[in-house]
Amino acid sequence: MTTYNKPLPRITSLTKEFWEGCKRHELLIQRCKDCGTYRHYPRPMCPNCGSWNAEWAKVSGRGKVYTYIVAVQPFHPAFSGDVPYAVAIVELEEGVRMVSNIMDCGPDDIYIGMPVEVVYDDVTEEVTLPKFKKVT
Amino acid sequence: MESFTLRDKTAIVGIGETEYSKGSGMSHTALLLQASAKAIEDAGLRPKDIDGVVPAINLITFEDLAVNLGTEDLKYAASPNMGGASSVATLLSASMAVASGIATNVLCVAGWNGYSAMRFSGLGKAMDASASPMPMPSMLAKLRDFEMPYGVFVPAQWYAPMAIRHMHEYGTTSRQLGAVAVACRKHAQLNDKAIMRGRPMTIEDHQNSRMIVTPFRLFDCSLESDGAAAAVVTSADRAADMRNRPVYIMGVAEGHPVPADQIAGRRDMFQIGLSFAAPRAFAMAGVTPKDIDVAEIYDCFTWSVICQLEAMGFCERGEGGPFVEGGRIELGGELPINTHGGLLSQAHIMGMNHVVEAVRQLRGDAGEAQVKDAEIALVTGWGDLADGSIAILRR
Repeated sequence: MTTYNKPLPRITSLTKEFWEGCKRHELLIQRCKDCGTYRHYPRPMCPNCGSWNAEWAKVSGRGKVYTYIVAVQPFHPAFSGDVPYAVAIVELEEGVRMVSNIMDCGPDDIYIGMPVEVVYDDVTEEVTLPKFKKVT
Repeated sequence: MESFTLRDKTAIVGIGETEYSKGSGMSHTALLLQASAKAIEDAGLRPKDIDGVVPAINLITFEDLAVNLGTEDLKYAASPNMGGASSVATLLSASMAVASGIATNVLCVAGWNGYSAMRFSGLGKAMDASASPMPMPSMLAKLRDFEMPYGVFVPAQWYAPMAIRHMHEYGTTSRQLGAVAVACRKHAQLNDKAIMRGRPMTIEDHQNSRMIVTPFRLFDCSLESDGAAAAVVTSADRAADMRNRPVYIMGVAEGHPVPADQIAGRRDMFQIGLSFAAPRAFAMAGVTPKDIDVAEIYDCFTWSVICQLEAMGFCERGEGGPFVEGGRIELGGELPINTHGGLLSQAHIMGMNHVVEAVRQLRGDAGEAQVKDAEIALVTGWGDLADGSIAILRR
Protein backbone atom coordinates (compact mmCIF):
# COMPACT_ATOMS: atom_id res chain seq x y z
CA MET A 1 0.00 0.00 0.00
CA THR A 2 1.39 3.37 -0.96
CA THR A 3 1.62 6.09 1.62
CA TYR A 4 -0.80 8.99 1.27
CA ASN A 5 1.40 12.07 1.43
CA LYS A 6 -1.01 14.91 0.74
CA PRO A 7 -2.09 17.21 3.58
CA LEU A 8 -4.84 15.79 5.76
CA PRO A 9 -7.33 17.72 7.87
CA ARG A 10 -6.55 17.88 11.56
CA ILE A 11 -9.66 16.70 13.32
CA THR A 12 -10.77 18.91 16.20
CA SER A 13 -13.65 18.92 18.68
CA LEU A 14 -15.44 21.33 16.35
CA THR A 15 -14.97 19.31 13.17
CA LYS A 16 -15.05 15.73 14.46
CA GLU A 17 -18.67 15.02 13.46
CA PHE A 18 -18.08 16.32 9.95
CA TRP A 19 -15.14 14.01 9.33
CA GLU A 20 -16.74 11.05 11.11
CA GLY A 21 -19.77 11.48 8.84
CA CYS A 22 -17.53 11.44 5.79
CA LYS A 23 -15.98 8.21 7.02
CA ARG A 24 -19.48 6.66 7.07
CA HIS A 25 -20.06 8.20 3.63
CA GLU A 26 -22.56 10.71 4.92
CA LEU A 27 -22.27 14.43 4.30
CA LEU A 28 -23.18 16.18 7.55
CA ILE A 29 -23.42 19.95 7.66
CA GLN A 30 -23.84 21.98 10.83
CA ARG A 31 -27.33 23.47 11.20
CA CYS A 32 -28.60 25.86 13.85
CA LYS A 33 -31.19 24.19 16.06
CA ASP A 34 -32.88 27.51 16.77
CA CYS A 35 -33.17 29.19 13.37
CA GLY A 36 -32.33 26.36 10.97
CA THR A 37 -29.47 28.15 9.21
CA TYR A 38 -26.83 25.86 7.73
CA ARG A 39 -23.16 26.75 8.13
CA HIS A 40 -19.84 25.47 6.83
CA TYR A 41 -16.98 25.56 7.91
CA PRO A 42 -18.02 24.33 11.35
CA ARG A 43 -18.18 27.19 13.84
CA PRO A 44 -19.28 27.45 17.49
CA MET A 45 -22.03 30.06 16.98
CA CYS A 46 -24.78 30.67 14.43
CA PRO A 47 -23.94 33.80 12.43
CA ASN A 48 -27.64 34.37 11.81
CA CYS A 49 -29.06 34.27 15.34
CA GLY A 50 -26.13 33.86 17.73
CA SER A 51 -27.27 30.50 19.00
CA TRP A 52 -24.83 27.92 20.36
CA ASN A 53 -27.29 25.08 19.67
CA ALA A 54 -26.35 23.22 16.54
CA GLU A 55 -26.96 19.81 15.04
CA TRP A 56 -25.34 17.85 12.27
CA ALA A 57 -27.81 17.50 9.43
CA LYS A 58 -27.40 14.98 6.66
CA VAL A 59 -27.61 16.87 3.38
CA SER A 60 -28.40 15.75 -0.15
CA GLY A 61 -24.83 16.01 -1.39
CA ARG A 62 -26.08 17.55 -4.63
CA GLY A 63 -25.06 20.94 -5.85
CA LYS A 64 -23.51 23.02 -8.57
CA VAL A 65 -20.06 24.37 -9.31
CA TYR A 66 -20.17 28.02 -8.20
CA THR A 67 -16.62 28.77 -9.35
CA TYR A 68 -13.33 26.93 -9.72
CA ILE A 69 -9.64 27.15 -10.48
CA VAL A 70 -7.22 25.04 -12.45
CA ALA A 71 -3.92 24.77 -10.60
CA VAL A 72 -1.09 24.59 -13.11
CA GLN A 73 1.99 25.20 -10.98
CA PRO A 74 2.21 22.82 -8.02
CA PHE A 75 2.87 24.47 -4.65
CA HIS A 76 3.21 21.23 -2.71
CA PRO A 77 5.37 18.30 -3.72
CA ALA A 78 2.55 15.80 -3.17
CA PHE A 79 0.53 17.54 -5.89
CA SER A 80 3.36 17.70 -8.44
CA GLY A 81 2.04 14.69 -10.31
CA ASP A 82 -1.53 16.00 -10.37
CA VAL A 83 -1.13 19.30 -12.23
CA PRO A 84 -3.09 20.62 -13.92
CA TYR A 85 -5.89 19.86 -11.45
CA ALA A 86 -9.20 21.56 -10.77
CA VAL A 87 -10.46 22.79 -7.42
CA ALA A 88 -14.10 23.78 -7.28
CA ILE A 89 -16.26 25.78 -4.94
CA VAL A 90 -19.45 23.72 -4.86
CA GLU A 91 -22.75 25.25 -3.79
CA LEU A 92 -24.88 22.56 -2.18
CA GLU A 93 -28.67 22.52 -2.60
CA GLU A 94 -28.91 23.54 1.05
CA GLY A 95 -27.08 26.78 0.23
CA VAL A 96 -23.68 26.27 1.86
CA ARG A 97 -20.55 26.17 -0.25
CA MET A 98 -17.50 23.99 0.11
CA VAL A 99 -14.10 23.66 -1.52
CA SER A 100 -13.42 20.29 -3.11
CA ASN A 101 -12.20 18.44 -6.16
CA ILE A 102 -14.31 17.13 -9.02
CA MET A 103 -13.40 13.50 -9.71
CA ASP A 104 -12.96 12.14 -13.20
CA CYS A 105 -13.20 15.58 -14.70
CA GLY A 106 -10.42 17.08 -16.75
CA PRO A 107 -9.55 20.69 -16.06
CA ASP A 108 -10.96 21.69 -19.44
CA ASP A 109 -14.29 20.06 -18.75
CA ILE A 110 -15.28 21.88 -15.57
CA TYR A 111 -17.64 24.83 -15.86
CA ILE A 112 -19.62 27.17 -13.65
CA GLY A 113 -23.10 25.77 -13.06
CA MET A 114 -22.04 22.16 -13.62
CA PRO A 115 -24.36 19.86 -11.60
CA VAL A 116 -22.41 17.65 -9.21
CA GLU A 117 -22.98 15.16 -6.42
CA VAL A 118 -20.83 14.05 -3.53
CA VAL A 119 -18.58 10.99 -3.69
CA TYR A 120 -16.28 9.77 -0.96
CA ASP A 121 -12.55 9.32 -1.30
CA ASP A 122 -11.24 7.11 1.53
CA VAL A 123 -7.72 8.49 1.39
CA THR A 124 -6.47 6.88 4.63
CA GLU A 125 -7.88 4.58 7.30
CA GLU A 126 -8.76 7.61 9.38
CA VAL A 127 -9.77 10.20 6.81
CA THR A 128 -12.34 10.27 4.04
CA LEU A 129 -12.45 13.39 1.89
CA PRO A 130 -15.80 14.36 0.40
CA LYS A 131 -15.33 15.06 -3.29
CA PHE A 132 -17.76 15.52 -6.16
CA LYS A 133 -18.51 14.11 -9.57
CA LYS A 134 -20.52 15.42 -12.47
CA VAL A 135 -24.18 14.37 -12.51
CA THR A 136 -24.88 13.01 -15.96
CA MET B 1 -22.40 66.44 21.34
CA GLU B 2 -20.85 66.89 17.94
CA SER B 3 -19.92 63.55 16.44
CA PHE B 4 -16.23 62.82 16.55
CA THR B 5 -14.29 62.43 13.30
CA LEU B 6 -10.69 61.60 12.56
CA ARG B 7 -10.79 63.81 9.48
CA ASP B 8 -7.67 65.95 9.21
CA LYS B 9 -6.80 65.38 12.87
CA THR B 10 -3.52 63.65 12.07
CA ALA B 11 -0.78 63.69 9.47
CA ILE B 12 2.01 61.56 8.12
CA VAL B 13 5.19 63.51 8.79
CA GLY B 14 7.91 60.98 8.07
CA ILE B 15 8.49 58.16 5.60
CA GLY B 16 11.31 55.67 5.23
CA GLU B 17 12.23 52.67 3.12
CA THR B 18 15.05 50.13 3.07
CA GLU B 19 16.49 48.84 -0.17
CA TYR B 20 14.09 46.46 -1.91
CA SER B 21 15.79 43.24 -2.93
CA LYS B 22 15.74 39.47 -3.15
CA GLY B 23 18.10 39.09 -0.23
CA SER B 24 18.42 41.75 2.45
CA GLY B 25 21.04 39.88 4.46
CA MET B 26 19.37 41.33 7.55
CA SER B 27 17.07 39.93 10.23
CA HIS B 28 13.42 40.95 10.19
CA THR B 29 14.08 43.04 13.30
CA ALA B 30 17.00 44.92 11.75
CA LEU B 31 15.15 45.41 8.47
CA LEU B 32 12.06 46.90 10.09
CA LEU B 33 14.18 49.05 12.39
CA GLN B 34 16.14 50.45 9.46
CA ALA B 35 12.96 51.61 7.71
CA SER B 36 11.68 52.96 11.03
CA ALA B 37 14.85 54.94 11.73
CA LYS B 38 14.69 56.50 8.26
CA ALA B 39 11.05 57.53 8.74
CA ILE B 40 11.78 59.02 12.15
CA GLU B 41 14.74 60.98 10.76
CA ASP B 42 12.62 62.15 7.82
CA ALA B 43 10.14 63.52 10.36
CA GLY B 44 12.94 65.40 12.11
CA LEU B 45 12.36 63.43 15.30
CA ARG B 46 14.70 61.46 17.54
CA PRO B 47 13.99 57.72 17.89
CA LYS B 48 13.06 58.19 21.53
CA ASP B 49 10.34 60.66 20.55
CA ILE B 50 8.28 57.71 19.34
CA ASP B 51 5.74 56.80 22.03
CA GLY B 52 3.46 54.54 20.01
CA VAL B 53 4.27 51.64 17.70
CA VAL B 54 2.00 49.89 15.22
CA PRO B 55 3.82 47.21 13.27
CA ALA B 56 1.73 45.60 10.53
CA ILE B 57 1.82 41.91 11.46
CA ASN B 58 4.07 40.81 14.32
CA LEU B 59 7.33 40.27 12.45
CA ILE B 60 8.94 42.64 14.89
CA THR B 61 7.85 42.71 18.50
CA PHE B 62 6.69 45.81 20.34
CA GLU B 63 9.54 45.17 22.76
CA ASP B 64 12.17 45.11 20.02
CA LEU B 65 10.83 48.34 18.60
CA ALA B 66 10.74 50.10 21.96
CA VAL B 67 14.12 48.95 23.21
CA ASN B 68 15.95 49.76 20.00
CA LEU B 69 14.33 53.16 19.59
CA GLY B 70 15.12 53.96 23.21
CA THR B 71 11.51 54.70 24.03
CA GLU B 72 11.22 55.43 27.73
CA ASP B 73 7.45 55.46 27.97
CA LEU B 74 5.69 53.42 25.30
CA LYS B 75 2.09 54.56 25.55
CA TYR B 76 0.51 52.56 22.75
CA ALA B 77 1.34 49.35 20.93
CA ALA B 78 -0.99 47.45 18.62
CA SER B 79 -0.73 45.34 15.51
CA PRO B 80 -3.46 44.80 12.94
CA ASN B 81 -3.76 41.18 11.84
CA MET B 82 -5.18 41.59 8.35
CA GLY B 83 -2.43 40.25 6.15
CA GLY B 84 -1.74 42.70 3.34
CA ALA B 85 -4.49 45.00 4.56
CA SER B 86 -2.49 45.59 7.74
CA SER B 87 -0.17 48.30 6.44
CA VAL B 88 -2.88 50.82 5.67
CA ALA B 89 -4.79 49.66 8.75
CA THR B 90 -1.84 50.82 10.87
CA LEU B 91 -2.76 54.37 9.84
CA LEU B 92 -6.23 53.90 11.34
CA SER B 93 -4.80 52.64 14.61
CA ALA B 94 -2.14 55.36 14.72
CA SER B 95 -4.64 58.09 13.92
CA MET B 96 -6.98 56.95 16.67
CA ALA B 97 -4.13 56.84 19.16
CA VAL B 98 -2.89 60.32 18.23
CA ALA B 99 -6.26 62.03 17.82
CA SER B 100 -7.42 60.73 21.20
CA GLY B 101 -4.28 61.95 22.90
CA ILE B 102 -3.15 58.47 23.90
CA ALA B 103 0.16 58.90 22.08
CA THR B 104 2.03 61.72 20.33
CA ASN B 105 4.27 60.25 17.64
CA VAL B 106 3.25 56.84 16.36
CA LEU B 107 5.45 54.69 14.17
CA CYS B 108 3.77 52.50 11.54
CA VAL B 109 6.03 49.92 9.97
CA ALA B 110 5.80 46.87 7.71
CA GLY B 111 8.21 44.63 5.90
CA TRP B 112 9.77 41.24 5.72
CA ASN B 113 12.27 39.00 4.09
CA GLY B 114 9.47 37.97 1.76
CA TYR B 115 11.92 36.38 -0.63
CA SER B 116 14.84 35.12 1.39
CA ALA B 117 13.00 33.87 4.48
CA MET B 118 9.27 33.45 3.96
CA ARG B 119 8.16 33.23 0.36
CA PHE B 120 4.42 33.14 -0.24
CA SER B 121 4.99 30.35 -2.72
CA GLY B 122 6.22 28.22 0.19
CA LEU B 123 3.24 28.99 2.42
CA GLY B 124 1.42 25.74 1.73
CA LYS B 125 4.37 23.54 2.53
CA ALA B 126 5.13 25.55 5.66
CA MET B 127 1.54 25.33 6.90
CA ASP B 128 1.42 21.64 6.13
CA ALA B 129 4.48 21.11 8.28
CA SER B 130 2.69 23.08 11.01
CA ALA B 131 5.91 25.00 11.46
CA SER B 132 4.90 28.06 9.50
CA PRO B 133 7.05 31.14 9.95
CA MET B 134 3.80 33.03 9.33
CA PRO B 135 1.49 33.60 12.25
CA MET B 136 -1.43 31.22 11.70
CA PRO B 137 -4.69 32.81 12.74
CA SER B 138 -7.83 30.69 12.78
CA MET B 139 -8.50 31.83 9.23
CA LEU B 140 -5.44 29.96 7.97
CA ALA B 141 -6.15 27.01 10.26
CA LYS B 142 -9.50 26.56 8.52
CA LEU B 143 -7.87 26.77 5.11
CA ARG B 144 -5.41 24.20 6.34
CA ASP B 145 -8.12 21.73 7.27
CA PHE B 146 -10.81 22.33 4.64
CA GLU B 147 -9.00 23.54 1.53
CA MET B 148 -5.39 22.40 1.60
CA PRO B 149 -6.35 18.71 1.40
CA TYR B 150 -7.84 19.56 -2.01
CA GLY B 151 -4.72 21.31 -3.28
CA VAL B 152 -5.21 24.96 -2.26
CA PHE B 153 -1.97 26.32 -0.83
CA VAL B 154 -1.10 29.88 -1.79
CA PRO B 155 -2.82 33.27 -2.10
CA ALA B 156 -2.95 32.99 -5.90
CA GLN B 157 -5.12 29.91 -5.41
CA TRP B 158 -7.23 31.57 -2.70
CA TYR B 159 -8.23 34.52 -4.91
CA ALA B 160 -8.33 32.92 -8.37
CA PRO B 161 -11.87 31.52 -7.87
CA MET B 162 -13.11 35.08 -7.37
CA ALA B 163 -11.47 36.18 -10.60
CA ILE B 164 -12.89 33.22 -12.55
CA ARG B 165 -16.36 34.05 -11.24
CA HIS B 166 -15.86 37.72 -12.18
CA MET B 167 -14.89 36.72 -15.71
CA HIS B 168 -17.96 34.46 -15.88
CA GLU B 169 -20.40 37.12 -14.66
CA TYR B 170 -18.97 40.20 -16.33
CA GLY B 171 -16.78 39.04 -19.20
CA THR B 172 -13.56 40.34 -17.66
CA THR B 173 -10.59 39.19 -19.78
CA SER B 174 -7.00 38.16 -19.21
CA ARG B 175 -5.86 41.11 -21.33
CA GLN B 176 -7.70 43.44 -18.94
CA LEU B 177 -5.84 41.84 -16.04
CA GLY B 178 -2.72 42.38 -18.10
CA ALA B 179 -3.44 46.10 -18.44
CA VAL B 180 -2.91 46.40 -14.67
CA ALA B 181 0.40 44.53 -14.86
CA VAL B 182 1.59 46.65 -17.78
CA ALA B 183 0.70 49.93 -16.03
CA CYS B 184 2.59 48.93 -12.88
CA ARG B 185 5.60 47.77 -14.90
CA LYS B 186 5.62 51.00 -16.90
CA HIS B 187 5.68 53.04 -13.69
CA ALA B 188 8.42 50.85 -12.23
CA GLN B 189 10.71 52.03 -15.03
CA LEU B 190 10.61 55.47 -13.38
CA ASN B 191 11.37 54.29 -9.84
CA ASP B 192 14.93 53.66 -8.75
CA LYS B 193 13.84 51.28 -5.97
CA ALA B 194 11.76 49.12 -8.28
CA ILE B 195 13.01 45.56 -8.62
CA MET B 196 11.58 45.44 -12.15
CA ARG B 197 13.22 48.65 -13.32
CA GLY B 198 14.99 47.96 -16.58
CA ARG B 199 12.66 45.09 -17.44
CA PRO B 200 9.75 46.59 -19.38
CA MET B 201 6.70 44.48 -20.19
CA THR B 202 4.18 44.55 -23.01
CA ILE B 203 0.68 43.13 -22.98
CA GLU B 204 1.98 40.33 -25.21
CA ASP B 205 4.69 39.54 -22.64
CA HIS B 206 1.90 39.26 -20.09
CA GLN B 207 -0.16 37.00 -22.33
CA ASN B 208 2.87 34.80 -22.96
CA SER B 209 3.85 34.42 -19.32
CA ARG B 210 3.23 30.98 -17.90
CA MET B 211 -0.02 30.07 -16.19
CA ILE B 212 0.23 29.71 -12.41
CA VAL B 213 -3.42 29.05 -11.59
CA THR B 214 -6.27 30.03 -13.87
CA PRO B 215 -6.74 32.87 -14.59
CA PHE B 216 -3.48 34.14 -13.06
CA ARG B 217 -0.36 34.07 -15.18
CA LEU B 218 3.05 34.74 -13.69
CA PHE B 219 2.76 38.46 -14.49
CA ASP B 220 -0.60 38.67 -12.70
CA CYS B 221 1.18 37.81 -9.45
CA SER B 222 3.08 40.23 -7.23
CA LEU B 223 6.76 39.91 -6.50
CA GLU B 224 8.33 38.16 -3.55
CA SER B 225 10.71 40.68 -2.00
CA ASP B 226 12.81 41.62 0.99
CA GLY B 227 12.43 45.09 2.42
CA ALA B 228 10.62 47.33 4.85
CA ALA B 229 8.87 50.69 4.84
CA ALA B 230 7.61 52.96 7.58
CA ALA B 231 5.63 56.11 8.31
CA VAL B 232 5.33 58.38 11.33
CA VAL B 233 1.93 59.78 12.30
CA THR B 234 1.45 62.77 14.58
CA SER B 235 -1.21 65.38 15.24
CA ALA B 236 -2.08 67.91 12.54
CA ASP B 237 -1.13 70.70 14.94
CA ARG B 238 2.36 69.36 15.54
CA ALA B 239 2.77 68.42 11.90
CA ALA B 240 2.61 72.04 10.78
CA ASP B 241 5.98 72.78 12.40
CA MET B 242 7.89 69.68 11.34
CA ARG B 243 10.66 69.15 8.83
CA ASN B 244 8.64 68.08 5.80
CA ARG B 245 5.37 69.19 4.29
CA PRO B 246 2.69 67.29 6.23
CA VAL B 247 0.35 64.88 4.48
CA TYR B 248 -2.99 64.94 6.26
CA ILE B 249 -5.12 61.88 6.85
CA MET B 250 -8.56 62.95 5.62
CA GLY B 251 -10.28 59.60 5.83
CA VAL B 252 -9.21 56.18 6.99
CA ALA B 253 -11.09 52.91 7.52
CA GLU B 254 -10.87 49.15 7.54
CA GLY B 255 -13.48 46.61 6.51
CA HIS B 256 -14.05 42.88 6.57
CA PRO B 257 -16.07 40.69 4.24
CA VAL B 258 -18.80 38.32 5.46
CA PRO B 259 -17.90 35.68 6.39
CA ALA B 260 -14.36 36.94 6.95
CA ASP B 261 -12.87 33.49 7.48
CA GLN B 262 -13.56 32.04 4.04
CA ILE B 263 -14.11 33.15 0.46
CA ALA B 264 -16.25 30.19 -0.62
CA GLY B 265 -19.12 31.01 1.75
CA ARG B 266 -19.66 34.61 0.67
CA ARG B 267 -23.10 35.20 -0.80
CA ASP B 268 -21.64 38.08 -2.79
CA MET B 269 -18.08 37.15 -3.62
CA PHE B 270 -17.19 40.68 -4.74
CA GLN B 271 -18.32 42.33 -1.52
CA ILE B 272 -14.83 42.57 -0.07
CA GLY B 273 -13.56 44.36 3.01
CA LEU B 274 -12.99 47.49 0.98
CA SER B 275 -16.67 47.50 -0.05
CA PHE B 276 -17.44 48.32 3.59
CA ALA B 277 -14.39 50.48 4.29
CA ALA B 278 -14.40 52.75 1.24
CA PRO B 279 -17.77 54.46 1.82
CA ARG B 280 -16.73 55.15 5.43
CA ALA B 281 -13.38 56.63 4.36
CA PHE B 282 -14.88 58.77 1.58
CA ALA B 283 -17.60 60.04 3.95
CA MET B 284 -14.99 60.88 6.60
CA ALA B 285 -12.84 62.68 4.04
CA GLY B 286 -15.78 64.49 2.46
CA VAL B 287 -14.61 63.64 -1.05
CA THR B 288 -15.66 61.24 -3.82
CA PRO B 289 -13.66 59.05 -6.22
CA LYS B 290 -13.71 61.92 -8.73
CA ASP B 291 -11.54 63.98 -6.38
CA ILE B 292 -8.70 61.44 -6.27
CA ASP B 293 -5.60 62.54 -8.20
CA VAL B 294 -3.52 59.40 -7.70
CA ALA B 295 -4.29 55.98 -6.21
CA GLU B 296 -1.87 53.42 -4.81
CA ILE B 297 -3.98 50.25 -4.90
CA TYR B 298 -2.92 47.03 -3.23
CA ASP B 299 -1.93 44.80 -6.13
CA CYS B 300 -1.19 41.35 -4.76
CA PHE B 301 -2.80 40.20 -8.02
CA THR B 302 -3.83 42.19 -11.07
CA TRP B 303 -7.46 41.21 -10.66
CA SER B 304 -7.50 42.45 -7.06
CA VAL B 305 -7.00 45.98 -8.41
CA ILE B 306 -9.98 45.62 -10.74
CA CYS B 307 -12.13 44.31 -7.88
CA GLN B 308 -11.08 47.17 -5.59
CA LEU B 309 -11.75 49.85 -8.22
CA GLU B 310 -15.30 48.53 -8.40
CA ALA B 311 -15.67 48.23 -4.63
CA MET B 312 -14.60 51.86 -4.16
CA GLY B 313 -17.00 53.14 -6.79
CA PHE B 314 -14.48 54.31 -9.39
CA CYS B 315 -16.65 52.33 -11.78
CA GLU B 316 -19.74 50.16 -11.63
CA ARG B 317 -19.66 46.51 -10.60
CA GLY B 318 -18.42 44.52 -13.57
CA GLU B 319 -16.91 47.56 -15.30
CA GLY B 320 -13.46 47.22 -13.73
CA GLY B 321 -12.04 45.32 -16.69
CA PRO B 322 -12.86 47.95 -19.33
CA PHE B 323 -11.96 50.69 -16.79
CA VAL B 324 -8.29 49.69 -16.56
CA GLU B 325 -7.83 49.53 -20.34
CA GLY B 326 -6.65 52.25 -22.69
CA GLY B 327 -4.12 53.85 -20.37
CA ARG B 328 -6.67 55.24 -17.92
CA ILE B 329 -4.67 53.94 -14.92
CA GLU B 330 -1.26 54.94 -16.31
CA LEU B 331 0.58 58.20 -15.65
CA GLY B 332 -1.10 60.81 -17.80
CA GLY B 333 -4.40 58.92 -17.59
CA GLU B 334 -7.53 59.79 -15.68
CA LEU B 335 -6.55 57.82 -12.57
CA PRO B 336 -2.86 56.94 -12.36
CA ILE B 337 -2.32 54.01 -10.03
CA ASN B 338 0.73 52.46 -8.42
CA THR B 339 3.07 55.18 -9.60
CA HIS B 340 6.00 53.40 -7.91
CA GLY B 341 5.35 50.09 -9.68
CA GLY B 342 3.28 48.51 -6.93
CA LEU B 343 3.67 45.06 -5.47
CA LEU B 344 3.64 43.78 -9.03
CA SER B 345 6.75 45.62 -10.17
CA GLN B 346 8.37 47.67 -7.39
CA ALA B 347 8.42 45.25 -4.44
CA HIS B 348 6.01 43.38 -2.18
CA ILE B 349 6.42 45.30 1.06
CA MET B 350 2.89 44.44 2.21
CA GLY B 351 1.67 47.76 0.86
CA MET B 352 3.58 50.06 3.19
CA ASN B 353 5.51 51.03 0.05
CA HIS B 354 2.15 52.24 -1.31
CA VAL B 355 1.77 54.54 1.71
CA VAL B 356 5.29 55.89 1.18
CA GLU B 357 4.61 56.57 -2.51
CA ALA B 358 1.30 58.32 -1.78
CA VAL B 359 3.13 60.64 0.64
CA ARG B 360 5.86 61.31 -1.96
CA GLN B 361 3.24 62.22 -4.55
CA LEU B 362 1.57 64.68 -2.18
CA ARG B 363 4.89 66.23 -1.17
CA GLY B 364 5.72 66.64 -4.85
CA ASP B 365 8.75 64.38 -4.40
CA ALA B 366 7.80 61.57 -6.79
CA GLY B 367 10.38 62.46 -9.42
CA GLU B 368 9.65 61.30 -12.94
CA ALA B 369 6.47 59.59 -11.72
CA GLN B 370 5.08 62.79 -10.21
CA VAL B 371 1.38 63.35 -10.91
CA LYS B 372 1.24 67.07 -11.61
CA ASP B 373 -0.37 69.08 -8.82
CA ALA B 374 -1.48 65.98 -6.95
CA GLU B 375 -3.56 67.16 -4.01
CA ILE B 376 -5.52 64.12 -2.90
CA ALA B 377 -4.23 60.56 -2.94
CA LEU B 378 -5.77 57.27 -1.99
CA VAL B 379 -4.05 54.13 -0.75
CA THR B 380 -5.61 50.72 -0.14
CA GLY B 381 -4.74 47.40 1.43
CA TRP B 382 -6.08 43.89 0.78
CA GLY B 383 -5.26 40.75 2.70
CA ASP B 384 -6.26 37.71 4.73
CA LEU B 385 -8.95 36.61 2.26
CA ALA B 386 -9.86 40.14 1.13
CA ASP B 387 -10.01 42.16 4.31
CA GLY B 388 -9.65 45.77 3.22
CA SER B 389 -8.19 49.06 4.37
CA ILE B 390 -8.11 52.53 2.86
CA ALA B 391 -6.64 55.93 3.59
CA ILE B 392 -7.45 59.15 1.79
CA LEU B 393 -4.61 61.66 2.12
CA ARG B 394 -4.15 65.31 1.15
CA ARG B 395 -1.27 67.70 1.02
